[in-house]
Amino acid sequence: MHPIVERTQLSPNVTRLVVEAPRIAEIRRPGQFVIVRRGPGGERIPLTIADVDKAAGTISLVIQAIGKSTHELTSLTVGEAIQDIAGPLGNPTHLLEKGNAVCVGGGVGTAVAYPIAQALAANGVHVTSVIGGRSKEWVIYEEELRKVGDVVVCTDDGSYGRPGFVTEALKELCEAGGIDEVFAIGPVPMMRACSELTRPYAIKTTVSLNSIMIDGTGMCGGCRVSIDGKTEYACVDGPEFDGHQVDFRQMADRLNTYRDFEQVALERWATAHPQAHS
Amino acid sequence: MSEPRNMDQTADTLAGRAAANREPLPKKERMRIDRGHMPEQDAMARARNFAEVNLGYTEQLAIIEADRCLQCPKPYCVDGCPVTVNIPNFIRLLGEGNIKGAADSLLGDNALPCVTGRVCPQETQCEQVCLRAKTGTPVAIGNLERYVADWAINHTEVFADTKAAPTGKKVAIVGSGPAGLSAAGALAKRGHKVTIFEAFHAAGGVLIYGIPEFRLPKDIVQKEVDRLVADGVQIEHNSIIGKTYTLPELREKFDAVFVAVGAGLPVFMNVPGENLKGVYSANEYLTRVNLMGAYNPDSDTPVLHGQRVAVVGGGNVAMDSVRTARRLGAAESVCVYRRSRAELPARAEEVHHAEQEGVRFDFLVAPTEVLGDEKGWVTGLKCVRMELGEPDASGRRRPVEIPGSEFVFPCDMVVVAIGTKSNPLLTSTSPDLRVNKWGYIEIDDNLQTSMPGVFAGGDIVRGAATVILAMGDGKKAAANIDAYLQGTLG
Repeated sequence: MHPIVERTQLSPNVTRLVVEAPRIAEIRRPGQFVIVRRGPGGERIPLTIADVDKAAGTISLVIQAIGKSTHELTSLTVGEAIQDIAGPLGNPTHLLEKGNAVCVGGGVGTAVAYPIAQALAANGVHVTSVIGGRSKEWVIYEEELRKVGDVVVCTDDGSYGRPGFVTEALKELCEAGGIDEVFAIGPVPMMRACSELTRPYAIKTTVSLNSIMIDGTGMCGGCRVSIDGKTEYACVDGPEFDGHQVDFRQMADRLNTYRDFEQVALERWATAHPQAHS
Repeated sequence: MSEPRNMDQTADTLAGRAAANREPLPKKERMRIDRGHMPEQDAMARARNFAEVNLGYTEQLAIIEADRCLQCPKPYCVDGCPVTVNIPNFIRLLGEGNIKGAADSLLGDNALPCVTGRVCPQETQCEQVCLRAKTGTPVAIGNLERYVADWAINHTEVFADTKAAPTGKKVAIVGSGPAGLSAAGALAKRGHKVTIFEAFHAAGGVLIYGIPEFRLPKDIVQKEVDRLVADGVQIEHNSIIGKTYTLPELREKFDAVFVAVGAGLPVFMNVPGENLKGVYSANEYLTRVNLMGAYNPDSDTPVLHGQRVAVVGGGNVAMDSVRTARRLGAAESVCVYRRSRAELPARAEEVHHAEQEGVRFDFLVAPTEVLGDEKGWVTGLKCVRMELGEPDASGRRRPVEIPGSEFVFPCDMVVVAIGTKSNPLLTSTSPDLRVNKWGYIEIDDNLQTSMPGVFAGGDIVRGAATVILAMGDGKKAAANIDAYLQGTLG
């Protein structure tokens, strides 16, 4: 059992849970994830480890409430517990030793970009984070990212930071030059757009793929993705891949495999929990 | 448990006699008894549910069947058993009406008899060499094992605590599948402190994620696991060796380690279209349905319900998949196999059950492409017909493509059940552990690896094999680990 020691609402549908997981806190490296199962009957879902506190033996999970399982997780309160957390899984981020990196975070992906930005900064890399959201209230991890480098905030409606998408800000940075690597993490269309944008500039671009998984150890093959025409597993070969080689169309297709099931499950859950915000 | 059907008159009379007087029957009378049929759930009904297919013998059927055993002085059946169960002994005790004695005898030899009584290929092991098979049908050893084992698991209160005095030695077991559980049971009985590290949130390995409910109910597996826990075995769930801990770390903390992680990675066909939605590895399909309970509509884990399903492969995993698809509502569930019926690696009973349930077999067919629509969903499986040519390395006739025989099987789901390969998570983080060119762990005659004190068995050594061979490895490894801990390993 993994008790929840802190719960923070970061945006209207993104919640941060700080949970006890001492072994994972001790050994996890940036870029790695865990598989979480709330309890009996629960689904196994992959979640990136956004941060750790080794001394306290805790890890931070940042969860966007989309379907039934994520709504249930984000409805948990301090004192309650998550039954199963397995990991740390996946390969750690391959970190630059010096130079300039841009970390682009879209929505909940910003929480996945954060540990990478943090580790790059610790290596002495200059980090510029470009983060975005629909409007001000959807922007997360700005304060944390400001501690490790420069931050450009973009909002679709212009209610905060600069108006427009993260890709526009990224384009300006590419034009200015001097970037050694771009990390783009967020919804598939955003990662695809960022990768297409950096391609003509020949800037190495790394994306983190949140495929559907069960075991997270290579056993099921459900998370398979096409990388330069070759099938790889996001869980053991990734989760980070060269954005210029990812077949994003297939990735997006596979992510909606269970959309109909998810809709039904969420409706049933929402009916049974009318007080929960969605 | 329902009453058996078609019980013949002779058997009835014998049962009456047997119950009144348990004196051994003369051989001549034993020979007159016909093999008792395993009662089964009706084929049409079970093709749409997940309840167990075989219903188990009644007490009466079991005692009559026990009387068929000739109590050979040289029992070939024991040699035919990978875990060397003293078969004539437990059958004799059962025949005498001493079921507790039969259970003690069986459990002394086999840590998971409820499992082996259900999933062992007895027809190629103990029952194949049964003397009675020479002149008729063999004693139904598997059915009797299941009967005694099920009785034992439902009467745990009558078994004394047989825990040995603690030795103070600690053994780590990696994986809670059949090899790991068998080793755990045997080591705990010898007084060693056993900790099993399991990657999933539940113990049982292939017994819970792979083999379906209708062949091996999960509550039975759970009871077998509970029995080991009651014997002092500890289970650390969600612990992936190679990630959460490494093998060298375990070796430092424990006096010995047994690696039994199974085979691991699914093999795909490597044909175009294999990443379309609706294509599953058998590992994924069965794990969703079994471990995650997706056959139950209330489960949080979804699974696609194909209407026309092609399952590629001819082994037991293919049978489990094709029968599962049928139960999840497939109007047509077809097993596509590139060789002929004679080469099917699956157990005869599974093939027979599948056919009874309306599964269709398409032999001498090899897929060349998965076809899909513009939204990424499977629409068909493109195949070619094959014919058998010269024997290959395995001694089986190699299937050869017939030119111009291409056709499309329209379907909305494809399950690929053509085997597995080794998972490198553990081995790649154990630099001193020697593996062969396929990534399987190399062992000596004692099942010891290149790391002293680290033993290995089951599929991570053998490649894909059976539950009972894995259990045999677990039992043998336990004996060798015990000797190693005492400094007497040869």
